[in-house]
Amino acid sequence: MKFTMSWLKEHLKTKHKDIQIIDKLTDVGLEVESFENISSDFDNFKVAKIVNAEQHPNADRLRVCDVDIGQQNIVKVVCGAPNAKKGLLTVYAGPGSVIPKNNMKLTVSKIRGVTSYGMLCSESELKLSDESEGITELKLSKYSDKIGKNFLNNKTEKVVDLSITPNRPDCLGVRGIARDLAAAGAGKLKSISHKNIKKNGSQNVKVSITKDKDQGCTIFGSCLIKGVTNKESPKWLKEKIESLGQKPISAIVDITNYVMLDLNRPLHAYDADKIDNEIIVRNSKKGETFEALDNKEYKLDDGMCVISDQSGVLGLGGIIGGTRSGTELKTKNILLESAYFIPRSIRKTSKLLNIDTDAKFRFERGIDPQSIETGLLKASQLISEICGGKISKFDIQKIKQYKNSEIKFNTSLFEKITGFKIKDNEIIKILNDLGFKVSRKKSELKLKIPSWRPDISQPIDIVEEVVRIKGYENIETIEPEKNRLKDTLNKQQKLFHFLQRSVASKGYFETVTWSFTDSKINNFFKENLKEIKIVNPISSDLDVLRNSIFSNLAFYLKKNLDRGFKDISLFEIGPIFKNSQPGEQLTVIGAIKSGKISRLNWNEKERSVDIFDVKKDLIQTLMEAGYDKQSFFIRDKSPTYYHPGKSGSVYLDKDDIDPVAYFGELHPNIVKKLDIKTEGVVGFEIYLDYLKDNKIKLKDQKSNFEYSDYQKSERDFAFVVDKNYKAQDLIEIIASIDKNLIKSIKIFDIYEGENIPDGKKSVALNVTIQSSEKTLEESDLEKINKLIITTVETKSGAKIRS
Amino acid sequence: MSDIKKIKDEYLKKLDNNLDIESVNQIKTELFGKNGQISNSFKKLGSLPNGERKKFASDLNSIKEELQEKINSKLQEIEIKEINSKLENEKIDVTLPEREIKPGKIHPVSQVIDEISSIFSEIGFSVEEGPDVENEHYNFTALNTPDNHPARDMHDTFYLDNNKEILLRTHTSPVQVRTMLNGKPPFKIIAPGRTYRSDSDQTHSPMFHQVEGLHIDKEINMGHLKGCLNYFIKSFFEIDKIKMRFRPSHFPFTEPSAEVDIGYELKDGKIVIGEGDKWLEILGCGMVHPNVLKNVNVNPDKYQGYAFGIGIDRLGMLKYGINDLRAFFETDYRWLNHFGFDPLDVPSNYRGLSR
Repeated sequence: MKFTMSWLKEHLKTKHKDIQIIDKLTDVGLEVESFENISSDFDNFKVAKIVNAEQHPNADRLRVCDVDIGQQNIVKVVCGAPNAKKGLLTVYAGPGSVIPKNNMKLTVSKIRGVTSYGMLCSESELKLSDESEGITELKLSKYSDKIGKNFLNNKTEKVVDLSITPNRPDCLGVRGIARDLAAAGAGKLKSISHKNIKKNGSQNVKVSITKDKDQGCTIFGSCLIKGVTNKESPKWLKEKIESLGQKPISAIVDITNYVMLDLNRPLHAYDADKIDNEIIVRNSKKGETFEALDNKEYKLDDGMCVISDQSGVLGLGGIIGGTRSGTELKTKNILLESAYFIPRSIRKTSKLLNIDTDAKFRFERGIDPQSIETGLLKASQLISEICGGKISKFDIQKIKQYKNSEIKFNTSLFEKITGFKIKDNEIIKILNDLGFKVSRKKSELKLKIPSWRPDISQPIDIVEEVVRIKGYENIETIEPEKNRLKDTLNKQQKLFHFLQRSVASKGYFETVTWSFTDSKINNFFKENLKEIKIVNPISSDLDVLRNSIFSNLAFYLKKNLDRGFKDISLFEIGPIFKNSQPGEQLTVIGAIKSGKISRLNWNEKERSVDIFDVKKDLIQTLMEAGYDKQSFFIRDKSPTYYHPGKSGSVYLDKDDIDPVAYFGELHPNIVKKLDIKTEGVVGFEIYLDYLKDNKIKLKDQKSNFEYSDYQKSERDFAFVVDKNYKAQDLIEIIASIDKNLIKSIKIFDIYEGENIPDGKKSVALNVTIQSSEKTLEESDLEKINKLIITTVETKSGAKIRS
Repeated sequence: MSDIKKIKDEYLKKLDNNLDIESVNQIKTELFGKNGQISNSFKKLGSLPNGERKKFASDLNSIKEELQEKINSKLQEIEIKEINSKLENEKIDVTLPEREIKPGKIHPVSQVIDEISSIFSEIGFSVEEGPDVENEHYNFTALNTPDNHPARDMHDTFYLDNNKEILLRTHTSPVQVRTMLNGKPPFKIIAPGRTYRSDSDQTHSPMFHQVEGLHIDKEINMGHLKGCLNYFIKSFFEIDKIKMRFRPSHFPFTEPSAEVDIGYELKDGKIVIGEGDKWLEILGCGMVHPNVLKNVNVNPDKYQGYAFGIGIDRLGMLKYGINDLRAFFETDYRWLNHFGFDPLDVPSNYRGLSR
């Protein structure tokens, strides 16, 4: 909502300075977006004198002028105006100025080979008149001592731009703003004085509002003005319209706009001679069409509120008029409409047709239903003053009565909500100033709500009115109490924060990427999950919710590789989506690693990243989070986006149904299709929702500290087993032979090739044996050695290597 | 007696010379070998008269000990010397780089969420969460924003179905609704999380982060709201002197509503929060609207309280001098490295938010 200070003062008698008014607007909740000159660089337009004018060397119709702009140096300006001659006083615009007429920004430029520093302006370029034939000619007598001074200085009018919240339609008119300011003590609201206008004859175009279902119009007021001469608006009106950045059209249109901006009372003027006999306000029928004033043809649905005549639709009530009945400069007789449309109906229709107009914006928020006549009065009076014509009596059709609603307000609620007290009398004064009619019964107030405040319906609304006018600075600051109702984080949240930092501490950079992604990339990673399309995506390559974190990680991995990074470790913790209902999402950590370990390192051999790098990071992370590595179980099943032979899944326990994590190399086909160029890409995923609560808590007492000081022995074994036989199973077999004596098992070599049959591998293990009761004798050790060999051979089909 | 004293003096003198290990061992043999001088002297003991024997044995023992000690220390001295001369040759260039360090980083958004959680933890708030995908009821209707309300236009919403019933939450406020529906007052929660609006330009990202706050009890008023936010802002920016302004505004789900501005100044093109004369809007808040309380089965005559919503990314930008919102989500390795935090820097009550 834009308005000028002088316009505001037509409604507000005030001694406040502009800046105080601006502060007051903010204090009462009318947010000031900007407060500036209509054109902020009016300072750039100077009174200047042409001290010399020569023919341009390369162009017949151009002159090169030496211009005195009141500074030490004379500037050179190339000018095409025929009246640019030596001695002329004119208006100069320097580089950087914006020409009011076309919003063109001036720069220093070469014109046919001669550099021009700025421009000499015509009256039309300055929007002073339509005179565009030559540059402005200023009177010597008035301006000869003003060379170098600002030319537009005196005319600047500051425009306030407010961001009006949807609950305050009354402040979409200058008068509503003035009322708030007056209530807040920034002046006095002037009363509206209408001159008596003469009404001649009756409004003889029949108007009817049909009793259609959900009729969107409840009041239709109108009057005829006959014998008008529509024309260009007078200067004061044009300036008002222009000051708000709008374009003047014709007196009649400008007047209806002016009344709308002034009183928030939208009006519509019809060319009465184009109306076919009568006005019928009714619901549209499916398929009806009309051409609106935005020159678009609209095809209507059932039940939209239209203003029609016997030939069809004239316009969409409260939204936009039609071209068929629009006013023109030659219009002689007009029908002026001032109506009330129901916000819900306006909103529904405009959404369906995708139309946004000033009138729609206002009716949608709620117009004062009691302003019908005020609007007709003010506009018809202005029209007859400017365009002449005779005003008919007003015709008001109504299918609903609007009375001011009443509520009761107990003044104690004010303190209960705001925490501070003000006297009842002050509450009453504020409400009176805002237009409420107040009657008092002890501490209970009976309030008649002003008709322009559709937002007020219950006591809490009154608290808001009073506290915003009284000022939020009166609210005390009460120090917060430090009592806690429950733990800050629940178990799942603690796990989230712990794992996040645990993964990061292993050299990964955390990233946050969008929850949506490119369906083309998502397809590689979605497995059997449902694709979840966004109906209105921000762009076609962000068209689905991600089914996996890897889609974005892979995309950004490539971007960083393309930036020249090689060894990248990235992770994200966040949601992935299984389906499109609320809650059908999982929290997942996805981590990805590329390139080499120890690249270009003077003392360590470099190698490509491999799955045991990520397996270590994964297992260690789970261990740090308190899970027992001894019970982890690894399977070689994993989603298809991993390398089928170089990936696996981690179960917290052998008997678990769901894995808690996957790890492995990214599938080479995907790497190729995404054009990821690096030595290796490996990654892991942890599904937080599948991580069960730890059985052993950190707060629990620890188990007894038991240790053995008896001598330990180490024995090495090498077994030849089937190539696909799993090391995990081999270790499990050995460990279960004697849980008391076998303390640890380490695999120290895997060998395939010479001396090992095809399809077999040799696994070399180191087993530590120690008793907690005695020093084992050679015979005891020999016994267990044999047991290990025979058990492994029987259970796994392996053969001991001699 | 004088014999053994002579031997002692002679050998002590010898041992003071610069000797190698072999010469010392030679001396050892000369003294304590089978026919060594000290060994031989002990053999003489038996032939001495009783009166002298005790004295001689005692002298001889002390001489033996003295010489042995001398020899041992001489041997040690030589060994150390030898090790030292060996170490001279083992000197390496310690300025060569250490083994590869790969520090990890925590994203500024995560760090800021942890900071916020830590601050509100201290004044008794707990953390709640809700789904990113919401239905229209929780996101709007239950929050006193019915379908025909123009306030819906303030949120550009991503929809997942053509009926516009399933959407990506446009704010974290639906968590209020879910929390209150699933529990009984009092409520004292914050809800940080991802939020979505179909808006994308220099200062808007289609995804961003908000933290919702909700405190409902019997006597919670606007003074408590002011106190809570004042405490939060000071703690978050870790400065005592900060200007704060509550300004009336409108949100359908709170009444009275306010927007909060904080003071700042521009220094070298960067926003510095504190006592500057410019105002910057950082959050929206208000008293929870009675209609919202009714919608979640809380009696507004008995319970009341405040709610607020803060843009997390923006707070992070202000505190850490990050200019571009969109860069938060672009995963530029350089950016993550520059603005990321060490994972060990866990913001907490007892050790403070930052180092």
